[in-house]
Amino acid sequence: MPVKEQHDYALTVDNLEVEFDTYGGTVHAVRDVSFGLRRGKTLAIVGESGCGKSVTVQALMGLIPMPPGRITGGSARLRSAGSGPAGSGPAGSGATELIGLRERELNRIRGNRIGMIFQDPMTSLNPTMRIGDQIVETLRVHRGMSIREGFKEAERLLDRVRISEARERARQYPFEFSGGMLQRVMIAVALACSPEVLIADEPTTALDVTIQAQILDLMQALQREEGMSIILITHDLGVVARMADDVAVMYAGQIVESGSVEAIFHRGGHPYTLGLRRATPSNDPENRQQLEPIEGSPPDLFHPPVGCGYFARCPHAMQICEGSMPDPFDLHQPSAAAEGIRHSARCWLQHAQAPRTAGLNQNDAGREEP
Amino acid sequence: MTATLGDVLLETRHLKRYFRLDKHRQVHAVDDVCLSIQANEILGLVGESGSGKSTFGKTVLGLHDKTAGEVLYRGEVLPARYRSADFQRFARSMQMIFQDPYSSLNPRMTAGEIIAEGLRLHSDAKPRAVREEVARWLRQVGLSPDHASRYPHEFSGGQRQRIGIARAMIVEPEFVVCDEPISALDVSVQAQVINLLSELKREYGLTLLFIAHDLSMVRYVSDRMAVMYLGALAEIGPADDVFFRPMHPYTQMLVASNPEPDPITERQRSAEPIHGEITSPVNIGPGCRFAGRCPKVMDHCRHTTPELLPVRDLTSDATRQVACHLYG
Repeated sequence: MPVKEQHDYALTVDNLEVEFDTYGGTVHAVRDVSFGLRRGKTLAIVGESGCGKSVTVQALMGLIPMPPGRITGGSARLRSAGSGPAGSGPAGSGATELIGLRERELNRIRGNRIGMIFQDPMTSLNPTMRIGDQIVETLRVHRGMSIREGFKEAERLLDRVRISEARERARQYPFEFSGGMLQRVMIAVALACSPEVLIADEPTTALDVTIQAQILDLMQALQREEGMSIILITHDLGVVARMADDVAVMYAGQIVESGSVEAIFHRGGHPYTLGLRRATPSNDPENRQQLEPIEGSPPDLFHPPVGCGYFARCPHAMQICEGSMPDPFDLHQPSAAAEGIRHSARCWLQHAQAPRTAGLNQNDAGREEP
Repeated sequence: MTATLGDVLLETRHLKRYFRLDKHRQVHAVDDVCLSIQANEILGLVGESGSGKSTFGKTVLGLHDKTAGEVLYRGEVLPARYRSADFQRFARSMQMIFQDPYSSLNPRMTAGEIIAEGLRLHSDAKPRAVREEVARWLRQVGLSPDHASRYPHEFSGGQRQRIGIARAMIVEPEFVVCDEPISALDVSVQAQVINLLSELKREYGLTLLFIAHDLSMVRYVSDRMAVMYLGALAEIGPADDVFFRPMHPYTQMLVASNPEPDPITERQRSAEPIHGEITSPVNIGPGCRFAGRCPKVMDHCRHTTPELLPVRDLTSDATRQVACHLYG
């Protein structure tokens, strides 16, 4: 996917493929996924359960259990700052290939250069260890600190994630913390080594809205302070609108549309993106639109469709959609492409000969022949 | 909107439900809640986890005993503690749809058996008539009669929630409590279930208590909206009024933290930080429950519990009730 030319990327992923062997056969969980994470920016990967968004980032972190999992293709490169634009040289200078790394090499990257926070902080922490000790453990392994130094640093980190009375809190156990507070602890652990990239997999899904707002504010503040690049996985379009600079929409293991947050929300070019928007209530007092559900359910990834994964649910499906999935069509306006990420959609409706579709952004000028 | 007309179908008067932890401590899950639900309206009940909204729904249906206060259904006072005959009697008029479509269906029963059970137990319909009704309800909720012989694990989350809805609806109740019926579902499927509920409401004249934490969705489906905090009502009024012109500082905080699916509005939002977390509902003393987190707290708030009182909303003639000393 030709998305990365002029920008400085912290991480690029190309043609990633992940499969799982199960009793029922092979599940093609991630199919030909490519994206770029701009340095210092937030990329949201949006999609419904089972679309492959978590598996994608787990593959980057080397967290796919193999077997039954298998990364059958693609690459993911972590690029250190100042290594030049992504286009320079096939691997780029200072880029580290993540796919196929051995456990020992991965351990040097996980935590140090890529931090991760998960949906459920309660199950990510050890219930029998004090909070401070768990942070100290990370600091000893990754930063070689002594216990005493580690505890001091742990208090500083808790303070950074706005946990008051950090000294006392560090001596408490996870059950003494609320869900929101535990998620702050997870962020503190992830921050311990000042990672270049933070991967947040549904970090606020288990939290109440007011606590969600606090955690999102905290992530934004820390991003400003540290210059981290964030991959945010979520199914909540409100969270995307609030946090993301760039968005990748996933469906049935593939990225069906990607672009800047404005492009995705206001000039969506894939019927699934549009369908998601219309299935979410808008908070416009003047406009109490009827919710339009997306009928049907996602395809079976044991036997992924040959053509477009959205074919069976798409109100605009054409004959060609059943037989083949198009490469991404460029949708960006020349002015927008200069400042943000490229906007592209994998949909035959973007083809020059496709019929016009109400509500869908179709690129007139930039229409290209496949 | 039917909210201003209509008879009161269900009313709670000073309803309380406490859970005793030990000799000295009890959880005030529902504390002195007075509200009424009119026939053929959808009343949305929002609040954070731990606010007592699910306990309220279950207490109203008699699934929890009442610690104090009463629930009136069509003017009749319901028993404080249900015995099995009471359940028999009220099951045909009041039903419940549960949050988790995975744990609320018996994995050893087929979809047909699950849906038929209410009718088998609460009517004298013949097996053949029951089968026909099951087929009709499967169609009505967007499944097919062939699905009757399948087991819950063969269905997706959204389909299971439809089975849960068919199970509740087959006895043709007047009043249904929906306890977070969509929070376990994907966005595209949420809209399917919401539209199905609105359709059933129109077709059967249902009255719904719709419990959820998703403010935008509650505003979308409800006629009126009630906001609960630590077991007590903070505010109640027409859904749009409460959502767009919240009066209680807690409702204001909820609305401010509700992310909107639009990057432009999201970025223009005033960045007023949100403080604190919901406190423990154990042994709540006097004073406003929200005082500890309230940005507009006054000295008075810490000592005197505000009552839920009607407040005039200058931009709308509908009644709004707010429990806050700012409007006292």
